[in-house]
Amino acid sequence: MSEKKTGGQIIWESLMREGVEVVFGLPGGAILPAYDDLAKYEYPIHHVLVTHEQGASHMADGYARATGRVGVCMATSGPGATNLITGLATANMDSVPIVAITGQVPTSLLGRDGFQEADVQGVSLPVTKHNYLITDIRELPDALKEAFYIASTGRPGPVVIDICKDVLQASLEFEYPETVNLPGYHPNQNAPDPHSVARAARLLNEAERPLIVSGQGVSIAKAEQELRQLAEKAQIPVATSLLGIGTFPSTHPLSISWGGMHGEAYCNYALQECDVMLAIGARLDDRLTGVFDTFAPKARIIHVDLDPAEMGKNITIDTPVVGDALLALRGLLPQVEANEHPAWLAQIDEWKQETSDRDILAQETDELIAPYIMQQLWHATDEGDATVVSDVGQHQMWEAQYYHHTKRRSLLTSGGLGTMGYGLPAAIGAQMGLSEEEIWVVAGDGGFQMTMVELSTVVQERLPIKIAIINNGFLGMVRQWQDVFYNKRHSGTPLFNPDFVKLAEAYGIPARAVTHKDDVYAAIKEAQAADGPFLLDFQVEEFTNVYPMVAPGKSNADMIRRPSPAE
Amino acid sequence: MNKHTMIAWMEDKPGVLNRVAGLFRRRNFNIESLAVGHSETSGISRMTFVATGDDREMRQVQTQLYKLINVTAVQDVTDVPTVSRELALIKVKAKNGNRSEVMQIVDIFRGRIVDVDMETLIIQIVGPEERVESLINLLDQFGIVEMVRTGTVAMVRGAHDRAAQQKTAVPAYENGNQ
Ligand SMILES: Cc1ncc(C[n+]2csc(CCOP(=O)(O)OP(=O)(O)O)c2C)c(N)n1
Repeated sequence: MSEKKTGGQIIWESLMREGVEVVFGLPGGAILPAYDDLAKYEYPIHHVLVTHEQGASHMADGYARATGRVGVCMATSGPGATNLITGLATANMDSVPIVAITGQVPTSLLGRDGFQEADVQGVSLPVTKHNYLITDIRELPDALKEAFYIASTGRPGPVVIDICKDVLQASLEFEYPETVNLPGYHPNQNAPDPHSVARAARLLNEAERPLIVSGQGVSIAKAEQELRQLAEKAQIPVATSLLGIGTFPSTHPLSISWGGMHGEAYCNYALQECDVMLAIGARLDDRLTGVFDTFAPKARIIHVDLDPAEMGKNITIDTPVVGDALLALRGLLPQVEANEHPAWLAQIDEWKQETSDRDILAQETDELIAPYIMQQLWHATDEGDATVVSDVGQHQMWEAQYYHHTKRRSLLTSGGLGTMGYGLPAAIGAQMGLSEEEIWVVAGDGGFQMTMVELSTVVQERLPIKIAIINNGFLGMVRQWQDVFYNKRHSGTPLFNPDFVKLAEAYGIPARAVTHKDDVYAAIKEAQAADGPFLLDFQVEEFTNVYPMVAPGKSNADMIRRPSPAE
Repeated sequence: MNKHTMIAWMEDKPGVLNRVAGLFRRRNFNIESLAVGHSETSGISRMTFVATGDDREMRQVQTQLYKLINVTAVQDVTDVPTVSRELALIKVKAKNGNRSEVMQIVDIFRGRIVDVDMETLIIQIVGPEERVESLINLLDQFGIVEMVRTGTVAMVRGAHDRAAQQKTAVPAYENGNQ
């Protein structure tokens, strides 16, 4: 007979069975019994105390994106749990596997609006893959097993388990279930329908101007190698989505960078002109496509995705291939013929040349601008060897344009939800998972301040995270929209900033402000040389904007390009 | 824009209706009626619902519903032979003057009078939605005091293997551009 265990013990033992090494959280009354069991029974799981629960869910997210494993976060009932929500919604949009465990008021108080009761199941429902409210300890082991299974299989996503306090204190003869019983969940990991694969191969073989759009699904399926083989075999240029960055080395001759609202102009031209598109593991959202029915107007689109709901959701497609990206690519490889597309590639080269002629770094300027900083960061990190975690805004776009990612999972960013404040906590999670990796946060002065309270977590965990603040004194990306669409009325966008160097120093983190272009490289090197964390406050030119820009409601063909210096 | 009748099977777990309703709301699906109750399998509820929209929307309704972990199967039965029925209870004003006229109409529609008092009659009708609809239109002239409709429930005709269907209920995607 198995031993009796408390609800709290069952949580920790289940986490151990799932191979969890680290949990990000912050305790409170309703989750306290679980925290007590962690200390009492000395489970070998490292709890990272966060400063704010939003940080905990972003850390679990960063950990998961960096390692490919499930990230775990924990919070108490009511405000603790609702503070997790932004991070869960972020993870849900970007298909990141998280298990969030929250305490709930005791079952006897459920529904009575007692102290710190919030309907966590109700609140988290639309922003999670699944969730549980546990009112009986007998349901707990299955829920834990299922949560990890659901979070990590199929299209990954966050799962919440909300557990009543009395369940944590109750006890049960515990055995961790070996299997799950989910009659409504069949994560589709099978090979896609061979007929659709054959049709896709035929389309690619007949194409004159083929193009691949690679998304994060390729990385989730660990199919980078096969993607590259396919592209090389048939000489097909590869664009990525923002989240697909890193699935194809951006220094590869067939790479055409990434597309969409602030993607490279030449990439957008190619997207609009291709005659067959293989979109793989990318959900074709509006940031990539521009106005849906103007996207890739000349192309027959093959859409490979694990999630059948993505087929035709936004874009009318020609050939749906529902299934795992790796299996789809393996199916395609032998059927897609070796090919060359010299005219098409030459055309793309021409666009590319025009794009680089207009590049902001091709213009003579002494001013300190983010594109230059990103380029120098790229050089200083052995040309793309670091993992970069960006926040949301202009700097995020410049990072993606000028830091040429060559490694898988080397850019972590909030693409779908666009969550400011994501950067620092996600980097903490990533560094907890990849202790040897060089990790850089690239954040705007606005977004950084949303979660900079987690600097104390950086110090507490002695993490050597390097932080680059792109400080332009504005909520830059919004200011850019005001410049372009609202007659330069800067309503609510100028920022009042603290002295970031002093701020860092208050936490015991060495820091330096950089105001001149000539100091950028040396400052980055100084940060790298520091044993622990380091913060660089790059005080950049205030009014630089990101180009190209596809205005909302426009087609990718109607990009606003960078005004020439004379204008 | 077409009217579609769909059936969804789901685990009978707390909150499952909330999940389905939440999905309809969040995805902005246009649901006309919805009826839910037990199925032949214990622990599995069966929902019939009628939705309107274009092909893309109807495919989204199915595929998004199917993604809910507790939903075990979804089937669009619009284009297959089904028996579909709705039940309505209609309370109409019926005094001596028009009482027999009302009763005649109810008779023609194979409805039943299930309650009588001096002022009103309660009429019960079971039938396809269109028949229920026509009866209501006719009764309107007498004055409908109160009415309740269950929404359509539907079942595919003839022998078919529903167990097999449940497992392969990922809706087929018809090709878009061809
Ligand atoms: C939580 C949140 N609130 C608001 C926004 C809207 N928003 C998008 S970009 C941006 C400005 C970001 O400013 P900053 O962090 O300074 O970065 P910059 O654009 O200047 O590089 C804002 C406010 C958002 N994305 N996320």
